[in-house]
Amino acid sequence: MSTRLPLLQVERVSVRYALRGAGLLAPARTLDALSDVSIAIRAGGRLGVVGESGSGKSTLARVVLGLVRAQAGRVVWEGGTVNYDDATAMRSLRRELQVVFQDPFGSLDPRMTAGQVVGEALQALAGPVASVAAQDRIRAALAEVGLASAFANRYPHEMSGGQCQRVAIARAIVARPRLLVCDEAVSALDVSVQAQIVNLLHELSERYQMSLLFISHNLAVVRHLCDDVAVLCQGRVVEQGSRDAIFNHPREAYTQALLAAVPDPDPVLQRARIASARNALKAGR
Amino acid sequence: MVEAVPADSRRQSLWGDAWQRLKHSRAAIVAAALLLLVCALALVGPWLSAYTVEQVDWTQATLATPPSLASGHWFGTDANGRDLFVRVWIGTRMSLLVAVLATIVSVVIGVAWGATAGYLGGRVDGWMMRFVDVLYALPYMFFVIILTVVFGRSLVLIFLAIGAVGWLTMARIVRGQALALRQREFVEAAIALGLPPATIIARHIVPNVLGTVIVYATLTVPQVILFESFLSFLGLGVQEPLTSLGRLVAEGALEMESSPWLLLVPSAVLASVLLCLNFLGDGLRDALDPRQRR
Amino acid sequence: MTAGPLLQVRDLAVDFSTSQGEVQAVSGVSFDVRAGECLAVVGESGSGKTQVLMACLGLLASNGTTRGSVQFAGRELIGANERLLNTVRGTGIGLLSQDPLSSLTPHLRIETLLTEGLLDRGLASRDEAHERALRALAEVEIPEPQARLRQYPHELSGGMRQRVALAAALMCGPQLLFADEPTTALDVSVQARVLKLLAGVRDRGVGVLIITHDLGVVAGLADRVAVMYSGRIVETATTDELFSAPRHPYTAALLAAVPRLHGVAQSRLVGIPGDPPQPSARSPGCAFAPRCDRAVERCGDSRPELTPSAGVNPCMTAQGDSIAARAVPLAAVACHRPLQDRAEIA
Repeated sequence: MSTRLPLLQVERVSVRYALRGAGLLAPARTLDALSDVSIAIRAGGRLGVVGESGSGKSTLARVVLGLVRAQAGRVVWEGGTVNYDDATAMRSLRRELQVVFQDPFGSLDPRMTAGQVVGEALQALAGPVASVAAQDRIRAALAEVGLASAFANRYPHEMSGGQCQRVAIARAIVARPRLLVCDEAVSALDVSVQAQIVNLLHELSERYQMSLLFISHNLAVVRHLCDDVAVLCQGRVVEQGSRDAIFNHPREAYTQALLAAVPDPDPVLQRARIASARNALKAGR
Repeated sequence: MVEAVPADSRRQSLWGDAWQRLKHSRAAIVAAALLLLVCALALVGPWLSAYTVEQVDWTQATLATPPSLASGHWFGTDANGRDLFVRVWIGTRMSLLVAVLATIVSVVIGVAWGATAGYLGGRVDGWMMRFVDVLYALPYMFFVIILTVVFGRSLVLIFLAIGAVGWLTMARIVRGQALALRQREFVEAAIALGLPPATIIARHIVPNVLGTVIVYATLTVPQVILFESFLSFLGLGVQEPLTSLGRLVAEGALEMESSPWLLLVPSAVLASVLLCLNFLGDGLRDALDPRQRR
Repeated sequence: MTAGPLLQVRDLAVDFSTSQGEVQAVSGVSFDVRAGECLAVVGESGSGKTQVLMACLGLLASNGTTRGSVQFAGRELIGANERLLNTVRGTGIGLLSQDPLSSLTPHLRIETLLTEGLLDRGLASRDEAHERALRALAEVEIPEPQARLRQYPHELSGGMRQRVALAAALMCGPQLLFADEPTTALDVSVQARVLKLLAGVRDRGVGVLIITHDLGVVAGLADRVAVMYSGRIVETATTDELFSAPRHPYTAALLAAVPRLHGVAQSRLVGIPGDPPQPSARSPGCAFAPRCDRAVERCGDSRPELTPSAGVNPCMTAQGDSIAARAVPLAAVACHRPLQDRAEIA
């Protein structure tokens, strides 16, 4: 691991949601989405955050992006605490920190073309750019994600899920962020398309030394894409470590159970695992 | 790895897509055609006839004459001898003008109010919508009458008053849509870009509620026409020599027994316009329904 | 197995009439499902796999038409009237859908949801139905079944809801279970439980037809697999054969594209270029040709038919005297240049 300062650190962050439905007299019911969570991402590193539903992994992504405020803890960017209320600081931070969401169709405005979507991001993040230069940069961003320039005039409903997700990625990288947050970015895609997008993210991360914060419930994808992994369960970090440590030598029972529950696309392997589990049970008796 | 563009793509914006679907609804197409016909007649109708709106025809046997092709009074004349054909189309012009202008006023105010309240949410939304609720509770008829009495009966006042009342429902509808849109990921992406709320509302929220707004606007126009007719019925609406469909109906009701055409003709035109607008609104709602898009 | 197949599907075709013209969602699909066996129909979006299920049960949207033959226990389901279909639904064929939140009526208690099938048909008295509901909940390993019967669907977790949905599908003792992406919306640990339950159902002699895009689920549960692409079956084989020696290039590519938890962790997954075709875009040749790295000119011109795989056991003959008695081979592939042996699959 690098000895330099990590690019992004989440230090002991807790997020509590107030649940609706509390009357005037009843105490407000709360939900602890995150409790005392700390993670770190180095420059150019790829951190996978895995967990089941309710683990808080999406909340973590939103805290980092400033879409949700934490009640405790802080987010540290390049050694300095991030103040999400400071508009000027946030403007420069947003250039460095962008996001790709889960639903490829939902994350694009249905009434804007791909070119307009990327153009809007360019104007918002990179400041005023002359329109000719802007068109060039939009085309370049689309080409980088593997879309021909003709896609600039397409609307989301005229594109496939994979193509829409590429547009979302183009929007996120047009201003060359240092960290890309991927919130279940490949979960809504077909398997064959998922592989393309995972490769694309890997390629972009390598080419621009762009860090990835990859949130996913799919352990196998994380194993392929990320160098480091953090496992969340019900708002807490259960285990953190390198890919090799987590997948080959998991220490915590929860992690082991999670890995054991994933069905491998290999019938021989699955039968062997069931047989050995049965033998272990018999031996235990 | 650059992907090729598939050759068989049929490029179509969402509006084009909706237009295709609208064309399939026969009721909506017929209604739209009929409405266009009515509008055309409202524009050119008065010039087709030899008479004007105020001209009293002393040449007939009685002042009020039934419709006849021979006399040139195709819809007949009213109790004062004025040609009904011309008056009906002048009246339609007035009713439609008032309705469209009032609807525009209520759309502009309602969309701005509702989109802002729905997007901002929380306490701001609460206060903004409570304000709407309070206005809703007030008897608007009462207000309109007071305004009319205080400021006199001007045309501008009428459609301002109607618009000022109509925006409430529009605001509620738009607020609901904006609330739902707020949760969509493309709005979160816009927030993540650091765009200010005003920009997000104008660029992302409003265009995506336009579908619903158009539908409700077409359904509001009939309500406005009826409201204006009601005002005219009370004697508070459009003043002589101008007339509106409502006034014509009011006057016709008085002469119902002796000159039934005075009631029947304007009522028929009014009812047709209302029916067409309702069918068109239904057709637009089906065509613009986002769930049917894929 | 000497008895004939429970479900015989021959040349099933589904068309939808849309504002853009006729869309062929499914064509020429034939397969059998036997008692005590699980057949998995695998495909990505646009493959038509869900429509196959809907067509069998007569649950297609109003603008859909079906052609071909679907025989269940000797009775023809295509074109059958609602009465016949209603005798088959529930008691003959049970359905487990993808999203338990929408498949369980929110305002009804669990007990009502479980017993309505029995009570409406007069198959059991209220007390008997209650007892059977308790037993059904126990079979799907729901704790405190007595308390659960009084609860509403939204009070249960996602995994429990899906297990209740499974219990409801099995309440009337169907011989065949249709499962449409039953674990897609579930967490991985819950998924494992539901899959175990489905295996148990199959082992009890119920035939299972599962629709899924998840090859891991297929590997663990299915005895035989049919791979669908662009509305057609492109390969059928036993599970072991399919995973170890896929014949169709699409199957091989799909297996290569799936990330695995074991084995070497390659940084680059092997994707399939392009996108799965939309139902409205059907080409004259093989639908996979534009994305296939083994494609030759012939692939673009003529569509390959499903032919039995050489060197595999010849087809089992089907019993029965209906027109659908034409046998369906156990292993077949629709490709002009199928992968012949293990050496070709790198």
